Amino acid sequence: MPLSQLKDSVPVTGMGPQVGAYGVQDTLRSGFSSVKNELLPSHALELSEKNFQLNQDKINFSNLRNIQGLHAPLKLQMEYRAARQIQRLPFLQSSHLALDTLKGNDESISFEDILNDPAQSEMMGEPHVMVEYKLGMM
Amino acid sequence: MATLSVCQPQLGGFSFENCKRNAVLEAEVTKLGCNIPSARKTGTTICGVVFKDGIVLGADTRATEGMIVADKNCSKIHYISPNIYCCGAGTAADTEMTTQIISSNLELHSLSTSRLPRVATANRMLKQMLFRYQGHIGAALVLGGVDCNGPHLYSIYPHGSTDKLPYVTMGSGSLAAMAVFEDRYKQDMEEEDAKRLVRDAIAAGIFNDLGSGSNIDLCVITKGRVDYLRPHDMANKKGVRCVYEHEALPHQTGNYKYKQGTTGVLTKSVIKLDLEVVEETVQTMDTS
Repeated sequence: MPLSQLKDSVPVTGMGPQVGAYGVQDTLRSGFSSVKNELLPSHALELSEKNFQLNQDKINFSNLRNIQGLHAPLKLQMEYRAARQIQRLPFLQSSHLALDTLKGNDESISFEDILNDPAQSEMMGEPHVMVEYKLGMM
Repeated sequence: MATLSVCQPQLGGFSFENCKRNAVLEAEVTKLGCNIPSARKTGTTICGVVFKDGIVLGADTRATEGMIVADKNCSKIHYISPNIYCCGAGTAADTEMTTQIISSNLELHSLSTSRLPRVATANRMLKQMLFRYQGHIGAALVLGGVDCNGPHLYSIYPHGSTDKLPYVTMGSGSLAAMAVFEDRYKQDMEEEDAKRLVRDAIAAGIFNDLGSGSNIDLCVITKGRVDYLRPHDMANKKGVRCVYEHEALPHQTGNYKYKQGTTGVLTKSVIKLDLEVVEETVQTMDTS
């Protein structure tokens, strides 16, 4: 029986088995699986924080569509998509300057900038694996 | 953790990696009978009042860690902007970080609009941030300031609800302070009356609540002027019993030493000790 039918009601984004090739748990990349680990988040805020930015964007875009018409969110999303492509390779730190300016993040400070700054992290991602993942080669 | 570092770049902000481990540790430790270290709270009395020309904010200065006083003179009135100050109760680190983040954001916002920030802006930023974290950030705040629309006073709860009122109290001593306010608050008070009212409200919290103590800090905000009075009143000096209204001077703690001459002297004999020099050495000191 697929896992989504075992859960209660709403499919929870972000929690679920990391499916690799052949539709099976990819043990090499995501480690051993445990039902308890996947069904329940470890903290009440974990899921809401993971999806916070996406949900905010969705709310803003739908408001914009209702107020100004379809063209406004379309144009903005096109600009976001263009700005998101100006980046270094995934294992290096890129400044996201254009994207931040578009989103308005250049004029605010929040916990994302203070805690757990990725520029200060002690571990670096594995270059080959990360680039292959980004290009969809694996 | 392994997945993220392998495939996707790391994100900033809160990391929930250790939550499951902490839950397991907590269960194990309670079985053994010890305690996990608790966060430092400011179990507090804070209050604010609107008077004729502005706002008076008041706070006590004790920070507790469980049953121990962690800081006898901590500062609970935080700077948000030149015309807005905020008192914080709850977890000390949470109030400190929250007010600093909001202060930075307000500064950036006021630079971008080239205007003096408004209290309503600070209020909305605080309530949106606290609601986002669903009360896990334990910061109960009293926000007050004077802007282009006059004096404003807000109370902000950890889950993100706010109230705009002429007088507010928060913290564990809030009921004692509110009792004083409810009795003596009048609209459009003078500055001295307002300062005396806030001082008495905080003193009520200090003397009737275990989580509040030490001194009373006041912050008077009017249009164009801020008086940060720290300490305004030292209600609990060490070694001095408190002043009551009908007594002129504070009296010292009792002196329980006996006077000279209490014990009668019967005989007295003096024996001189002859000391002879056994060895004499000189050690040079390195004075470079």
